[in-house]
Amino acid sequence: MSIFDKFDHLRQTYDSLGDRAHNPFSVSFDRIESATEGVLGGRRVILLGTNNYLGLTFDQHGIDEAVRAVQTLGTGTTGSRVANGSYAGHGALERDLAAFFGRRHCMVFSTGYQANLGMLSTIVGRGDHLILDSDSHASIYDGARLGHAEVIRFRHSDPDDLYKRLRRLKDVPGSKLIVAEGIYSMLGDVAPLREIAAVKREMGAYLMVDEAHSMGVLGEHGRGLAEAAGVEADVDFIVGTFSKSLGSVGGFCVADLDGFDILRVACRPYMFTASLPPSIIASTRSALQRLDRDKGLRTQLMANATQLHGGLRALGLEVGPHISPVVSVALDEPEVAVRFWNALVEGGVYLNLALPPATPSSRPLLRASVSAAHSPRQIQKAVDLFGEIGRELGILPAEPFVELPRIAVGAV
Amino acid sequence: MQLSEIREQIIAGLHQARPDVPDIGGATRIVQDLELDSVAVMDFILSVEDRFDISIPLDRVADIVTVDDLAQVVERLGNAERA
Repeated sequence: MSIFDKFDHLRQTYDSLGDRAHNPFSVSFDRIESATEGVLGGRRVILLGTNNYLGLTFDQHGIDEAVRAVQTLGTGTTGSRVANGSYAGHGALERDLAAFFGRRHCMVFSTGYQANLGMLSTIVGRGDHLILDSDSHASIYDGARLGHAEVIRFRHSDPDDLYKRLRRLKDVPGSKLIVAEGIYSMLGDVAPLREIAAVKREMGAYLMVDEAHSMGVLGEHGRGLAEAAGVEADVDFIVGTFSKSLGSVGGFCVADLDGFDILRVACRPYMFTASLPPSIIASTRSALQRLDRDKGLRTQLMANATQLHGGLRALGLEVGPHISPVVSVALDEPEVAVRFWNALVEGGVYLNLALPPATPSSRPLLRASVSAAHSPRQIQKAVDLFGEIGRELGILPAEPFVELPRIAVGAV
Repeated sequence: MQLSEIREQIIAGLHQARPDVPDIGGATRIVQDLELDSVAVMDFILSVEDRFDISIPLDRVADIVTVDDLAQVVERLGNAERA
């Protein structure tokens, strides 16, 4: 009898995926060479599973700023902003983000996970209602569990289903908060935000959008799906992360609502954790400036996403419905997916494997995320390798299919 | 709607999800006995919500183990909405 007996089932599944060197969930890089290349088990691999959308982790200005900050302000803050005080950089980053999104208020969190945990457990409480997309990220579900609001789900990206659920709550007192994501992390699909915003207006709810995977990716200025869909005025809260397009770690929420600042002394995942260290604040501010200034990064990112999505689709593989920097290939058998993943790594391409139940539709996914820093040659190498392995495993026929028409993300 | 009628409709729905399991009853445990994964359970709960025109809050979903547990939650929520 052990305290860990309850995990026996999980242990069996985990062990069945292979030993440490071949287990997709215990990947450990020997070193990282650049935003797009690393060394894994002595083998040089293209990094195609990093969420490093703009490729800014090795941006020279960001590195210089981080070095300067660590030399002048030290390695860490050693405390929370509420108990131990903020550094100037925390407030400056909050002002930068508020200005970038054109909002009055911003709160910075120590991770993106904590931003959702904090906001969702705090802004709705007992007697309020949280209405979540059923494919929401774990941080959204966990935030919902930590708080005291009544939580219900609507069918993934289905505004009619959302409407139906809000209609059932029509005469029930309490605030209602709808939560959707700009780009869903597993399939790279984009929420029908214009329609969701219309439901929100009609039913008198609040709307939060998690732009973790869409900030720096969608919208003319990179402000995410709310900008791309033209509904920023309807989105009451935008949450996001620094660990994707901004190449560091941390999270934030921006809003325009009066009274927002009281959350600083009400939101426990903000209050009771150490604040971000100066080097992270410095590189994040630098990356935000670059994101704001350099539209070419987004153009290159979408060109790369189009190349990968189109290339995999032309092979006859089943990819997500929209072209976005998350490009996932759906397979049928988890065992085949594990073999496919291992063959990709052996062939020099690292990406993510997602197994049910952590995937929509109970199917395993080979999940790639594209960066603006990838070269067309790297993307082509990945596509060619997918074709080779797909044919070897009998998933693809000997000859590639003809390319099919696609739906562009720009059309949302 | 009577509890027994709700139970019958839930059982009919589960028979559709698991046609290979012959005897599903009030005491059948939805996850363990029917070996449905969490995605399949979620889809099933969404279909139950549609069938009875209710929304089952997530904390109550967590407490549901058997078909009878689900039928009771549906009955209570249905009555609350009519009240």
